[in-house]
Amino acid sequence: MTAVTPAPLSTATAPAAASAGAAPPSRSGGRSRLRTMAGFAFGAALLFAVAPLLLSDFRLALLAKYLCVAMVAVGIGIAWGRGGMLTLGQGVFFGLGGYAMAMHLKLADAGPGGMPDFMQLYGQLDELPLWWRPFASPWFALPATVLLPMAVAFGLGSLVFRRRVRGAYFAILSQALAAAMVILLIGQQGTTGGTNGLTDIKGFFGYDLDDPVNQRMVYFIIAGVLLALLALTRQLIQSRYGELLVAVRDGEERVRFLGYDPASVKLVAYVVAAGMAGLAGALFVPAVGIISPALIGIVPSIEFVIGVAVGGRATLLGPVLGAVAVAWARTALSERFPGTWTYLQGLLFVVVVAFLPGGLASLWALARRRDVGAQPARRGWSPLGRRRVERTEAA
Amino acid sequence: MSLLWSRRILAGAVTLVAAAALTACGSKTSDESGAAGVTADVSGDTVKVGLLNSLSGTMAISEVTVRDSIMLAVEEINAAGGVLGKKIQPVGEDGASDWPTFAEKAEKLISEDRVAAVFGCWTSASRKAVKPVFEKNKALLFYPVQYEGLEQSPYIFYTGATTNQQIVPGLDYLKAEGAKSVYLVGSDYVFPRTANKIIKAYAAANGMTVLGEDYAPLGSTEFGTIVNKVKSSGADAVFNTLNGDSNVAFFKEYKSAGLTAAAMPVVSVSIAEEEVKGIGTQYLEGQLTAWNYYQTTPGAANTKFVAAYKAKYGADKPTSDPMEAAYVSVYLWKAMVEKAGAFDVEKVRTASDGITFDAPEGLVTVDGKTQHIAKTARIGKVGADGLITEVWNSGKPVAPDPYLKTYPWASGLS
Repeated sequence: MTAVTPAPLSTATAPAAASAGAAPPSRSGGRSRLRTMAGFAFGAALLFAVAPLLLSDFRLALLAKYLCVAMVAVGIGIAWGRGGMLTLGQGVFFGLGGYAMAMHLKLADAGPGGMPDFMQLYGQLDELPLWWRPFASPWFALPATVLLPMAVAFGLGSLVFRRRVRGAYFAILSQALAAAMVILLIGQQGTTGGTNGLTDIKGFFGYDLDDPVNQRMVYFIIAGVLLALLALTRQLIQSRYGELLVAVRDGEERVRFLGYDPASVKLVAYVVAAGMAGLAGALFVPAVGIISPALIGIVPSIEFVIGVAVGGRATLLGPVLGAVAVAWARTALSERFPGTWTYLQGLLFVVVVAFLPGGLASLWALARRRDVGAQPARRGWSPLGRRRVERTEAA
Repeated sequence: MSLLWSRRILAGAVTLVAAAALTACGSKTSDESGAAGVTADVSGDTVKVGLLNSLSGTMAISEVTVRDSIMLAVEEINAAGGVLGKKIQPVGEDGASDWPTFAEKAEKLISEDRVAAVFGCWTSASRKAVKPVFEKNKALLFYPVQYEGLEQSPYIFYTGATTNQQIVPGLDYLKAEGAKSVYLVGSDYVFPRTANKIIKAYAAANGMTVLGEDYAPLGSTEFGTIVNKVKSSGADAVFNTLNGDSNVAFFKEYKSAGLTAAAMPVVSVSIAEEEVKGIGTQYLEGQLTAWNYYQTTPGAANTKFVAAYKAKYGADKPTSDPMEAAYVSVYLWKAMVEKAGAFDVEKVRTASDGITFDAPEGLVTVDGKTQHIAKTARIGKVGADGLITEVWNSGKPVAPDPYLKTYPWASGLS
């Protein structure tokens, strides 16, 4: 294991891991674990007690939506931040999860033997299409929300990573997938709802979604799942695999030379990220009540990545903070300035990218370093390490 | 290490159990809750209404004109004393051409701003996204754009045309002109696909042949192939349901392929005065459109509307059908509220039947059963000056029939 993380590579990892508030296992002791536990307890208190007390039903429902986006961001943090794979097509996996869940809920709303309303309107079908049928069963639909995206990611990933498709080529490929999926969904209007998507979802496993009490329950489930995903991600980052993933990001050829198979390492991260996006999509549906091609195409896929970039991609909490901050800013700005908010949002991105390349998460590290005064603040995102990351991405 | 792992597994298990336990806070019975508890705030001397249009994104170019005409109506009504003695206070939100955003903003207008009614939405997808929000909160939406029909929500008033007030008259006109075959071109979304389904059913029953059907993605500007197919089909006419920018590319290609309005006329249902300006009159001169209102529609009400709009927004700004329908929707809401004597949604709905208004397009009547309005169908021809002049109208307002129940050929459609 020690051979995998030679000194030059760790320049890029160490500041990233440190700014996430979690030191690598070699340095960790009881204190780090304690700190993480305290962090989780704080997060849980915030999500489960403070937010529901302070926010109105409407704002809490919005927060639920933001947290779904944050789940996708956690996945992108693993694939892009730790693994160096710029995935511009996470919308595909988000959509697969969302559609799988929405299909089940639509069928449940329609009752046994019933057909979703839009099929009679646009499709004029006499019976349910074959590929819709399994989704009537929750035992198929629920696992499918996660396994379907993971299977697609596995298929694509094993083709792509073995052939050493990387950097911009991989980004373009993932983006093309998002575009293709949107075209497919719109073209099959009779069975997919076309541009309208699947809307008007009323029930969630017997719970009436129009009831604010049940909306609150959906929020709590989403908050719980997000915390669980964060715990899982922390384990992943700190494991030997996590180290290996960063090593692949920073020097794929070197890792291969040491006898590891970088393709499998990347594949795992990509598949995990896809699963998280699928789960997020599945939970987005009861929270918002709609899934449509507009949510999974190229633009929303890029917006997922923007949230991660703003938050700080290589850290544990950065993607979550960034995703929530961007989504919240979008709502707040558009309510305050309906005519000009898009400019303000653009300005925000420019400011963050220009002055805080490490994202919002680096603010904390920056402030701490200032306090200690041991190092100049700029050393935090060491120029050498950064250049190294960029070079491997462009390769 | 094994101790550490077992602790981690324990922590994971605890989280899962906690998440599962969370479902216990839901409630399966909904009658005790206050889901429908949101009522409009009319306590002050103003009444808030919501304006929900896309001010950014691809639809902004069209939807901003709708917002402008809603604002014109609001100002006129306020200048004349308001509604039930209360001044209207408009609250604007940006739908951003994104359907889930429309749903979010609708919820915000209803539950945070507590508006008495919302005016807006353009695309069918945005309407489908907000429909459950309005039904859940029992709040009112006035939807001002022609659409594909097959819908009737108790909490939406449809002030644009449904299919039997626009598409069917367009087809009747083509048939009367002797067209035996049509070619269908549309953008790839719900309105064109549904409209074309209706057109095909009409054609089958009326001895017309549909020689082809092609869809281009929204915003597409590649029409070489489609126009070639249209040309080689030799159809008598083209029925065009393209939306937005695609029309520019389509009509340029159409002209450069040597096709003319005289040889193969195009009937468009999404091109109004504003779009004619954007596409360029030289490409559109002589082509046909199907609407319920044109800037040139005669009548004192329209003269007043056009003059007021130009005075407020500039002499070069044309008025169009969706703008007029939006303007009318505010006045219809006012009339309903005054007849009901209250802003209460259910009372307003009950009062709606039979409300008439002397609109710029002519007399319109609200049909309380379908919550659509009866309006006159008008076929127009684009002139050299960019304005559209009427070549045919239905003579009297056509009663709305969103599910085409009175048309035998449409029996298989819904």
